Amino acid sequence: MKIMTCPLNGPRPVSEFHYWGEVRPMPNPATASDDAWADYVFNRNGAPGLKKEWWCHTPSNTWFIAERDTEKDVVLKTYFYEGDQ
Amino acid sequence: MPWRLLRFALNKKHPEPRMFTFHEKLKASYDVVIIGGGGHGLSAAYYLAREHGITNVCVLEKGYIGGGNTGRNTTIIRSNYLTPEGVQFYDESVRLWQDLSEDFDLNLFYANRGHFTLAHTDSALRTMRWRAEVNKHYGVASEVVGPEVVKEAAPMIDITCAGHSPILGALYHAPGSVARHDAVAWGYGRGADQRGVEIHQQTEVLGIDVEGGKVKGVRTSKGYISTGKVLCAVAGSTPRILKMVDVKSPIYIHPLQAMVSEPVKPWLDPILVSGSLHVYISQSARGELVMGASLDPYELHGTRSTLDFVEGLTSHMLEMFPFLSNVKVMRQWAGMADMTPDFAPVMGKTPVDGFYLDSGWGTWGFKATPVCGKTMAHTIATDTAHPLITGFSLDRFRNYALTGEKGAASVGH
Repeated sequence: MKIMTCPLNGPRPVSEFHYWGEVRPMPNPATASDDAWADYVFNRNGAPGLKKEWWCHTPSNTWFIAERDTEKDVVLKTYFYEGDQ
Repeated sequence: MPWRLLRFALNKKHPEPRMFTFHEKLKASYDVVIIGGGGHGLSAAYYLAREHGITNVCVLEKGYIGGGNTGRNTTIIRSNYLTPEGVQFYDESVRLWQDLSEDFDLNLFYANRGHFTLAHTDSALRTMRWRAEVNKHYGVASEVVGPEVVKEAAPMIDITCAGHSPILGALYHAPGSVARHDAVAWGYGRGADQRGVEIHQQTEVLGIDVEGGKVKGVRTSKGYISTGKVLCAVAGSTPRILKMVDVKSPIYIHPLQAMVSEPVKPWLDPILVSGSLHVYISQSARGELVMGASLDPYELHGTRSTLDFVEGLTSHMLEMFPFLSNVKVMRQWAGMADMTPDFAPVMGKTPVDGFYLDSGWGTWGFKATPVCGKTMAHTIATDTAHPLITGFSLDRFRNYALTGEKGAASVGH
């Protein structure tokens, strides 16, 4: 992957983007047990596969979601976040 | 070549012995199955056989021996870490390293060079003083030195780093060394093989059977093995194996790249690391400059190389050593680093009975090869974590008791 498509700015060099990890639902910190909170804070889905990830186009500070194959390093699509689906 | 030597070479009475025995088939069961034929896995097999008398062991390797991160690192060995757990653990490893060539009767080209971690800022210098004090407390040779000492040890260095990030001092670690990484895997492999351990290359693990929270067997590309104990020592493939036994972990995979230059005359004796400039460099016995930088910026389960890496690394390298501008880059490569949130490994027992982990070795695993084998062999043989690795258990995340090694583990943060 050398070019990534920003939903706002179109195709840009990947060095302009910042990776922020997989999209994960956050448990309510006020009600979650210590175990559930530790699971959220530390544990990750580390195995390869098709993942929904947070990315940011840093020059324009545009946050969006990319669906990426983390084994082949291919981005399938990028789009703006529209609430948890 | 003298004729007598040639005659000797052609004489079938004196065949060169193979390093490893080739085993056609897997047995139906083993006492211990080790997944991963890298330095860590083979070292564990070696110490299981040598120190615990457990020889009904097989090592499964998907590719070839030492073809993973064992053969992809930049071969630096040191013990100047930050946490008491880390310092004691790596110090034991350095001690084991020093006798390893004799132990194996195989030259590992272990070369004691001295190791400088350069400080370009006051805050970096502060962390180094902290590290030096922790190190000294545990008897590890480590001291903060001024820029003049760095200049004397590496006279070609531009101590101002092109004028914009002058070197204020360094953490000097005299035991810092380099070794020939492939030979380490071969030495441990041959030692284990001679004691009866079976090494199966080109054998991939497809699944692990767990019943009632206990390991029952391993499904491989060459058939089924029943066993009660499995050690997972697979670096960048750890999350794939953990998925097979349904154990959650904080391990995430980013590639780490490295490169070597063409061979040049010896001019750099010590190993130099600059966290701020994201550079580490040493000169191999062949004259190549072995260089690395920080992790790739996003998750990837592959070993591709990038031009971004070469451009970034060389630009910083030239700030330190401007005269290298005419030296060519010969090769570059990548390995998959199994990173943890606190930059300490994940070792020992897991929630699955009989499933042991030697993982989370990120960018700092090569130096720990001997001590990992030794402590994991103890852990497997006695089913109790070795005292040196209790700070590295998988439980520490659930208990919010991390072992913060970030300030000493690698460059780029």
